[in-house]
Amino acid sequence: MSKNWPLWEVFIRAKNGLSHRHAGSVHAADPRMALEAARDTYTRRMEGVSLWVVPSASIVASDPGDSGELFEPAADKIYRHPTFYSIPENVKNI
Amino acid sequence: MRAAALFDYACRLGDDSLILGQRLSEWCGHAPMLELDLSLANIGLDLIGQATHFLKLAGDAEGEGRDEDKLAFHRDVLDFRNCLLVEQPNGDFAQTIARQFLFSNYQELLFRQLCASTNPTIAAIAAKAVKEVAYHSRLADEWMVRLGDGTAESRARVVEGLDWMWRFADELFELDAAIEPLVESGIACDVRKLRPEWDARIARVLKDATLEAPKARRGVNGGRVGRHSEHLGHLLSEMQFLQRAYPDSQW
Repeated sequence: MSKNWPLWEVFIRAKNGLSHRHAGSVHAADPRMALEAARDTYTRRMEGVSLWVVPSASIVASDPGDSGELFEPAADKIYRHPTFYSIPENVKNI
Repeated sequence: MRAAALFDYACRLGDDSLILGQRLSEWCGHAPMLELDLSLANIGLDLIGQATHFLKLAGDAEGEGRDEDKLAFHRDVLDFRNCLLVEQPNGDFAQTIARQFLFSNYQELLFRQLCASTNPTIAAIAAKAVKEVAYHSRLADEWMVRLGDGTAESRARVVEGLDWMWRFADELFELDAAIEPLVESGIACDVRKLRPEWDARIARVLKDATLEAPKARRGVNGGRVGRHSEHLGHLLSEMQFLQRAYPDSQW
């Protein structure tokens, strides 16, 4: 029976102002069950203030075989990194 | 007199949570799905947390130096004050859900009222617990609908589970002479007044679940004065074993 329940990906917002981050996945038969399973599995220790669940089947992933053309061209574009600016000393987080 | 009544009342509240928490913990490692395993264990832990607070209050009211652990692990069957519903065996998952459905809806209404108790400790425990219990009843309500309006098998199982548990519902709403003085002083809740809203909530969920309420039958009671079913003794023998075999051991 268990193998018939679809998989859902779980995303948690740790606190207001941060974005949701992928935390893991759960099995569930419907969206509410998925949300509750995510709550019970991943937020037991105050990990979050907001949850998303997404059917895993809805995620479109890049093909590892394409990583050459997708990602490697970025490797030698060092000028795209904002590392050439001097940062004022009183700015703590950037 | 008043202290004895408060001890009794705190034991009733605490024992309901303790015994149901212990029952749910029996699912640990056995639930149909890993996610359900966690979910039932979470509810169990919430309940055991509530029990800890209520039994501490009971021990303080009694004033004989018994703390919450002493009360949980060193009382015998006849001294437990939980309702009969919570000690009923888990059965299958559907029967467990039927029990949770009836109990959590009651407990949510009860704790909502107890938030206004004139006893500040009871009010504080209830205020914390009412959020936990609102989640328990939501979970149980949804599972009633899934099982009742699910497959022929899930429906048959939940009908059977509900039929068994139903006879223990009346006891939840009984008020006896021991607690009446506490109701008058605003410490305890008059549970009789919770019944109409509970009936309405149960009926609403059963309708969604395409289920009918089991036929009315004579309710069974006695838990509040220590007359329990045979199941409680077996539950306690497992729960209390360690403290009985090795008194006051710690880890």
